[in-house]
Amino acid sequence: MNDMSTEGYVTPDGRKIGGVMMEMKNITLRFGGVKAITDISFDIREGEIRAIIGPNGAGKSSMLNVISGFYVPQEGEVWFRGTKRPQMKPYQVAQQGIARTFQNIALFEGMSVLDNVMTGRLTHMKTGMIAQAIWKGKAEQEEVENREVVEKIIDFLEIQAIRKTPVARLPYGLKKRVELARALAAEPKLLLLDEPMAGMNVEEKEDMSRFILDVNDEFGTTIALIEHDMGVVMDLSDRVVVMDYGKKIGDGTPDEVRNNQAVIDAYLGVAHD
Amino acid sequence: MFYREAGDFKTSYVDDNQTFPIKFDRYRYYVVLFIAFAIIPFLLNDYWVNAVFMPFLIYAIAAIGLNILVGYCGQVSLGTGGFMAVGAYSCYKFMTGVDIWWGGELLFRLPEFNIFFSVLMGGVMTALVGLLFGLPSLRIKGFYLAVATLAAQFFLVWLFNRVSWFYNYSASGQISAPERTLLGVAISGPSAPAWAMYLFCLVFLAVSAIIARNLTRGSFGRKWMAIRDMDIAAEIIGVDPLRAKLSAFGVSSFFVGISGALFFAVYLGAVEVGEVFGIQKSFLVLFMVIIGGLGSIFGSFAGAAFLVLLPVFLKNFLVGGLGWPTDLAAHLEFMIVGALIIIFLIAEPHGLAQLWRVTKEKLRLWPFPH
Repeated sequence: MNDMSTEGYVTPDGRKIGGVMMEMKNITLRFGGVKAITDISFDIREGEIRAIIGPNGAGKSSMLNVISGFYVPQEGEVWFRGTKRPQMKPYQVAQQGIARTFQNIALFEGMSVLDNVMTGRLTHMKTGMIAQAIWKGKAEQEEVENREVVEKIIDFLEIQAIRKTPVARLPYGLKKRVELARALAAEPKLLLLDEPMAGMNVEEKEDMSRFILDVNDEFGTTIALIEHDMGVVMDLSDRVVVMDYGKKIGDGTPDEVRNNQAVIDAYLGVAHD
Repeated sequence: MFYREAGDFKTSYVDDNQTFPIKFDRYRYYVVLFIAFAIIPFLLNDYWVNAVFMPFLIYAIAAIGLNILVGYCGQVSLGTGGFMAVGAYSCYKFMTGVDIWWGGELLFRLPEFNIFFSVLMGGVMTALVGLLFGLPSLRIKGFYLAVATLAAQFFLVWLFNRVSWFYNYSASGQISAPERTLLGVAISGPSAPAWAMYLFCLVFLAVSAIIARNLTRGSFGRKWMAIRDMDIAAEIIGVDPLRAKLSAFGVSSFFVGISGALFFAVYLGAVEVGEVFGIQKSFLVLFMVIIGGLGSIFGSFAGAAFLVLLPVFLKNFLVGGLGWPTDLAAHLEFMIVGALIIIFLIAEPHGLAQLWRVTKEKLRLWPFPH
């Protein structure tokens, strides 16, 4: 566990973590005069569950937005699977195999659950417009193939009963789950979760935690998540990055982070004299 | 009782993806098709074709086109009249042979296209123009985009008025459709039989509706709807907004162009652009889409039927039924139609399609709703 600089490590529960999948090098992000992120570097490894934590306004969501290509940092480099990422539009990042969910649910309210999850497959659907217009043949076949993948994910997340329900009618907890389903439908290599458990009760949090662990376990998906519930973070994640005021103040296993004086100060406050 | 889902099990995703998943719906659809294609043509007279069927069929195509753009992709357009004019004038040029000039000399002249292909080319040319005027949608949204498309409306009408090449240098500035035949039957021109014009438009409408349905249920439709519902999230999950929006503009304008071509070549026969394809037409089609139901192919039909049939019905009822003077009836007709639109939109803001959906939900359980 100590030797993290070389390829991979093994977690205490015996999962093998691979090499570096994504590396953020000296990222600095500014909005006008405000520095949202200052010179942050960290990596995410294959098969890992990586948490980003920090008090409100620490720049966690901005960091996730940098990874998903929504914000372009003024300084620093993003490396994904061994190559430096050129400046990309968010949809190109998605095509590379990075999917995400949002802090405030961003589902397509006018569509059914099934259609929402099917939109997650759009990066895998390539038939042209003419074939789509004719439908019979290529387009229908592609639709059915992708539907099969989507149905597996619907089964996996236990949302079969609401498949044809318009998303706007669903309660909050289910919407969160549908959003996870949509992100999973893309079969991402890296899954970004922005506060997947915000506003949930204990049972819903337990369900969601189980899904996150299962996704990581069954699909081997690498996960980076932001979460405020420390119990959840410490239980789920393999390694934790701690941010405060746009700076990185800690990085390591949950135990290391828990005992880090800077982290304790950031969360509990520190006496100034 | 008739309308049931119970016991109608789907065993494949193909079955589940059908346009009409419920058996009763499917048969109803076949019956409607059969009546429209095999029975109505024998019962037609000129009055019915000119007052009811032709406007309905043609506006339904335009409404389908606009619904793809506004209802499915969420991009408001007020340029429908202008785009219909593009369809009409392209159709006219291809019907009469496109002449290409360079430096005052005739370079070459395309052969005259068959009426079918002329109408098709009307759609294709409009799609290209639509792509061009769709470009601003990448930067501007909502009301501002509506204003940008309004510019398209006025510019296109001005263009067809000013540039005499478009109306083949005729003295009146009008275009009038020469007689053209398809399979030996006249489709355009004064001597075209009613049933032929009806069937010609019906074929275009049926194919348009099927294509629109296929596109909207597949990956293109999902891209459009994703952009409509939340464009940021759509981009994050891998939708290229440029291509999604432009494809919506292209497809939408294609259908609108076809309807414009039919409106000119088959229905009216002669067109003065400012009168026929003015801003009123843009609003009329937009109202059809809104009243019919945004984001619904059926809604396009319903909206077109509502706004075409209601005035005809009112006129017949007021003049023929109650014996009112024609001019009084004509004025009251406007007021009644306007009032009905308002009442209707307050009662059901999601349009006729939603009303139909709710009715179906209720029928599904009738007569034992609990």
